[in-house]
Amino acid sequence: MEILMCFVCGFLFMVSVYLLLSKSLLRIIIGTALLSHGAHLLILTMGGLKKGAAPLLGEHAASYVDPLPQALILTAIVISFGVTSFLLVLAYRSYQELGTDNLDHMRGREGHE
Amino acid sequence: MSNPLVMLPLLVPLLTAVLLIFFSRKVVLQRWISAGASLITLILSILLAADVHANGIQIEEIGGWKAPFGIVFVADMYASLLLVTSNLVCFAAVLYSFHTVGRDREVFFYHSGVHFLIAGITGAFLTGDIFNLFVFFEVLLMASYLLIVLGGTKIQLRESIKYIVINVVASALFVITVAYLYAITGTLNMADLSQKLSENGQSGLLTVIAILLLVVFGIKGAIFPFYFWLPGSYEAPPAAVTALFGALLTKVGVYSITRVYTLIFIHDKGVTHEVLAWLAALTILFGVIGSLSYWDVKKIVIYNIVTAIGVILFGVAAATPAALEGSIYYLLHDIVIKGTLFLLAGSIAAVAGTSQIKQMGGLIKSHPALAWMFFIAALSLAGIPPFSGFIGKLKIVQGGFEAGHYGMALVVLLSSLFILQSMMRIFIRAFWGEEKPAPQKGVIKPVLFPAALLLAVSVLYGLGTEFAAPFITQAAEVLNDPTIYIDAVLKE
Repeated sequence: MEILMCFVCGFLFMVSVYLLLSKSLLRIIIGTALLSHGAHLLILTMGGLKKGAAPLLGEHAASYVDPLPQALILTAIVISFGVTSFLLVLAYRSYQELGTDNLDHMRGREGHE
Repeated sequence: MSNPLVMLPLLVPLLTAVLLIFFSRKVVLQRWISAGASLITLILSILLAADVHANGIQIEEIGGWKAPFGIVFVADMYASLLLVTSNLVCFAAVLYSFHTVGRDREVFFYHSGVHFLIAGITGAFLTGDIFNLFVFFEVLLMASYLLIVLGGTKIQLRESIKYIVINVVASALFVITVAYLYAITGTLNMADLSQKLSENGQSGLLTVIAILLLVVFGIKGAIFPFYFWLPGSYEAPPAAVTALFGALLTKVGVYSITRVYTLIFIHDKGVTHEVLAWLAALTILFGVIGSLSYWDVKKIVIYNIVTAIGVILFGVAAATPAALEGSIYYLLHDIVIKGTLFLLAGSIAAVAGTSQIKQMGGLIKSHPALAWMFFIAALSLAGIPPFSGFIGKLKIVQGGFEAGHYGMALVVLLSSLFILQSMMRIFIRAFWGEEKPAPQKGVIKPVLFPAALLLAVSVLYGLGTEFAAPFITQAAEVLNDPTIYIDAVLKE
């Protein structure tokens, strides 16, 4: 199971790196979203995927899954959610101001503006 | 043994930032609260350093949970000294921003952003948990995203997109590295990690993780192959913000590298510390090339950040007691002097109406105080003996020779020469020669005061090395011998 998940994460990383290297800003943002999906799945995988009850004491199970990675992922999800929404608004604003979403046209030269 | 004083330098800026959100329209009140809170935080961090000096490492267990299970905040001397200097720079930058940032930015939560930034930095220095370090990184990065784009000029929008995308990627890499580290060791507490590694040895996988962490912190701290984002992004925001960024943000990355490479990954130095030494030497080289190749005041100072990071990390990589002590001396000096230089560079650009030094000239006649302050700051940066940059570099070079890195230690020595050349080029071009018609920008006296404060501290730090020595020695002790840190946190 872990092996399969590692391949899935690797595929997500591959796609996101490809998107991050493209020219359109929106594709880059989609790339960052896929990157954070990959990272979150990787935390879950690395915490171990052995069988057990959901980490609720009311389940009265013999064994539970590891609760720590789930807390880490929850934290990482909200953080990347905040950053992504900031980035999306920034992309919208810079499209309005700069009139382009092509990173090739956003190069800095001395004495710019 | 919990000590509430450990948390106060974190809580005060956090509460201030929340409080300031309610008074966004009342700019004068905001300034009073902001400056007052920075001063209080500075005093609290000095008290914390004095406490650590008297009673050894202070820890605070959040919620009363024992160390490897709960989150623990650890104030050793290294972190406390960094807190004192970074709060000093923050106080000066807040004072400087009163006259330079402008009402437009201040009503849109500028001061809140500054205090969230300093809260994130404080948390990153004090935390004893890797994932908590990630969270505080995000706190300071989110605040820096706000500060870098606030104002919304074209250059700011363009550069902040690049800055944010780079940092999002670095953060994802940090999360991935934390996942690997957790899978292998099963813990995220730094002291516990260090203990587990010393018991079970550092396998090849852990060395890979050490290099991954070097990449993550290297992107934050702008070391050689990963510094490409820094020159553009730090040029965009106003001078007060650049001073905060240049003095503090990259230093958090440097602090994290130092922490993990002196506390956790110390069992395979042939690989990890060798890589770090090479990257540090290349960082110095590329920083020097950058600072010599520009004719722009801001760009020259920005590339000098890169050089200084290389020098500090070379001290960490050499890892002899002298070199570690030297890197602490140099780190503290560099935080203060980079704050000073960015404030002065902002003032120079303001009085000359441009940041291109080819278009300046003769400013010493109209602004003698600014000129002499810049001259002293430039000498300190290069490491001329009575000033503050000397002792750190001396010890780093000494440690480099002891560790057998002769060539790289020579690179550190030669870099001083080129740093001096790049700074003197600004001084000669901008202050000497024919007076060029400079647009009058009103009085600059109130703007000079914060820079003078930082410069005075830097000069005192250089002259009073004997006074600072016991503190630095205590800080270096923990870096030399991680068992002190482990015993303080896990208490066996």
